[in-house]
Amino acid sequence: MWDYSDKVKEHFFQPRNVGALEGANGVGDVGSISCGDALRLSLKVNPETEIIEDARFQTFGCGSAIASSSALTEIIKGLSIEDALKVTNDDIADFLDGLPPEKMHCSVMGREALQAAIANFKGEEWADDHEEGALVCKCFAVDEKLIEGLVRAHNLHTVQEVTNYTKAGGGCCACHEGIEEILMRVMAERGEIFDADSAPAIVEPEPLPIAAKARGGMTTVQRIRRIEAVIESIRPNLRMDGGDAELVEVDGATIYVKMTGACSGCGMASMTIGGIQQRLMEELGEFIKVVPAEKMPQEPRRTAHG
Amino acid sequence: MADIYLDNNATTQCDAKVVEAMLPYFLEQFGNPSSIHSFGAGVGRAVSKARKQIQSLLGAAHDSEIILTSCGTESDNTAILSALKCFPNRKEIITTTVEHPAILALCTQLEKEDYVIHRLGVDSKGCLDLEEYERLLTPNVAIVSVMWANNETGTLFPVEEMSEMAHAAGVQFHTDAVQAVGKIPIDLKKTKIDMLSVSGHKLHAPKGIGVLYLKRGARFRPLLRGGHQERGRRAGTENAASVVGLGKACELAQEHIEFENIQVKALRDRLEQGILSQVPNCFVTGNPDNRLPNTANIAFEYIEGEGILMLLNKAGIAASSGSACTSGSLEPSHVMRAMSIPYTAAHGTIRFSLSRYNTQTEIDRVISAVPPIVAELRRLSPYWGESGPVTEPERAFAPVYG
Repeated sequence: MWDYSDKVKEHFFQPRNVGALEGANGVGDVGSISCGDALRLSLKVNPETEIIEDARFQTFGCGSAIASSSALTEIIKGLSIEDALKVTNDDIADFLDGLPPEKMHCSVMGREALQAAIANFKGEEWADDHEEGALVCKCFAVDEKLIEGLVRAHNLHTVQEVTNYTKAGGGCCACHEGIEEILMRVMAERGEIFDADSAPAIVEPEPLPIAAKARGGMTTVQRIRRIEAVIESIRPNLRMDGGDAELVEVDGATIYVKMTGACSGCGMASMTIGGIQQRLMEELGEFIKVVPAEKMPQEPRRTAHG
Repeated sequence: MADIYLDNNATTQCDAKVVEAMLPYFLEQFGNPSSIHSFGAGVGRAVSKARKQIQSLLGAAHDSEIILTSCGTESDNTAILSALKCFPNRKEIITTTVEHPAILALCTQLEKEDYVIHRLGVDSKGCLDLEEYERLLTPNVAIVSVMWANNETGTLFPVEEMSEMAHAAGVQFHTDAVQAVGKIPIDLKKTKIDMLSVSGHKLHAPKGIGVLYLKRGARFRPLLRGGHQERGRRAGTENAASVVGLGKACELAQEHIEFENIQVKALRDRLEQGILSQVPNCFVTGNPDNRLPNTANIAFEYIEGEGILMLLNKAGIAASSGSACTSGSLEPSHVMRAMSIPYTAAHGTIRFSLSRYNTQTEIDRVISAVPPIVAELRRLSPYWGESGPVTEPERAFAPVYG
């Protein structure tokens, strides 16, 4: 079973704002019945103030689809439609204390239902640019369609290039076979042959000094250096997207990282953080949590003395 | 109240007698069965005894036809890859659209390596067209691989008849019988089945032990080469404790085969009738007249399976679903799609699979738990109105990228 947060479970077991909405003046139907997730969002918007006075949902879908729908209605009730349109899929996922990578699309569906319902209120036609493929990279939640599109658009030849453009394959590396298959297929279309010898050059952090291993652990300094080395190895990929990340603070098992440039506020920031966390856990061999620097406690921690 | 386990097609609880039989092979009799000394000899005898117990359940003519492996998937892969090595000039494989991924994913890979894969389709009850099969059986075919019982619906395929047809055409026949062994009587010496896969944990033995039955005389090439174990057909030191466990599990399965087909079947039927008579808009998938005695697969229309499973789990009931969401894929179960079950029902399929440990009290608890769960999720569904599906559901709710 999925590792759902308590908040997801709470909104699944006690969903808020369920059902059809009497007198709704904005309705959005989105989703895909073949994928098994579809949502109808009904809004009652005050035509004078453009404030969303009520919101209800009806969902055909899994636990996280129902929880995302419930969260969405809670977030947008009382907002102006202008402010509601600023709600991102990450806001929905954050409201639920996160979603598994395979389930991020449920929060995307929520945001799209909102756009569709508001377009319906305004009397506009909402065009959907949604194209979803099978999930290839679980660390960074990158799907097949996105990789295929970029391989075509940028004439990519190697797994490393795909990682540079999409981050796909930059984490645990288990999806490299899948990425190579996409490369083979697209390259064959343009009359090229994928070169299996173009092995991905993975930047590995320096191995642990043997002495540290022998002691069964690392000193604090060694541990921080290692964390820095891992983040350093991920930075080139982030920079390709115009973003960056830097280590701010290490507090026990919590590692604060500042996402900058295109990464800050990017819809995928939480996925990127998830990917960094995955790499760090693998490299350090311990459970840690990567948290955006802006969520760092403001007051310095006080230690009681005597 | 203890939780109720109705997911026995996924895996089963080890029988206490199985665990008891295994225990001496960890601390006391830990020797390598190939060794001459006293630490190994007893283990070797225990493995031989287990082999006979397995042989007996399968009705194999010889105990040397039993090759011990690590799991059902290994047995499946070994069987198909062996045939391709034995018959290098034959580049075709016949299988079905509803096989387990252990067969289907391998076939998809072989397709990329230029083998031709014929996947027999099924009708709305999950049954095969044997005339189509007959037409495909040519000298170009290296092997036929058809499951004995479907893991999702329990529907049985006529593998005995199909193996006769393959034999007449001079083609090797393999069956993935991981769901069938221990649930229905099997007598391999009376069939033309060349190879058959067994998985221990489906019949109350531990995980990590399997069997490939190989009929004497059938051509074979090993997947793993190395030591002389399994007469050189599957190298690697025997998983002795698990082999002993599987042997015991086979003995127990043989003792209970009648119980399985009378009592367990009666409980399954009671569960199915109890649900169907109370819940509107649901139906049994697969072939109700020809299936495993322990499996009930019910499609609940207009709701999605993961939600049902989460609510069942909260009520202390374990089952499984064919919805896309439970597996993280973009499509519902390939078995439901192959039977042309509409999406609005395929995503809401729930498999209840029983074992000889389930009781009538448990089944009655499930019968009363299911209707309110389905009603609760339908209350959330855009396809469901006050007391039934909305008129013309597919038109009343047609989401944008549907």
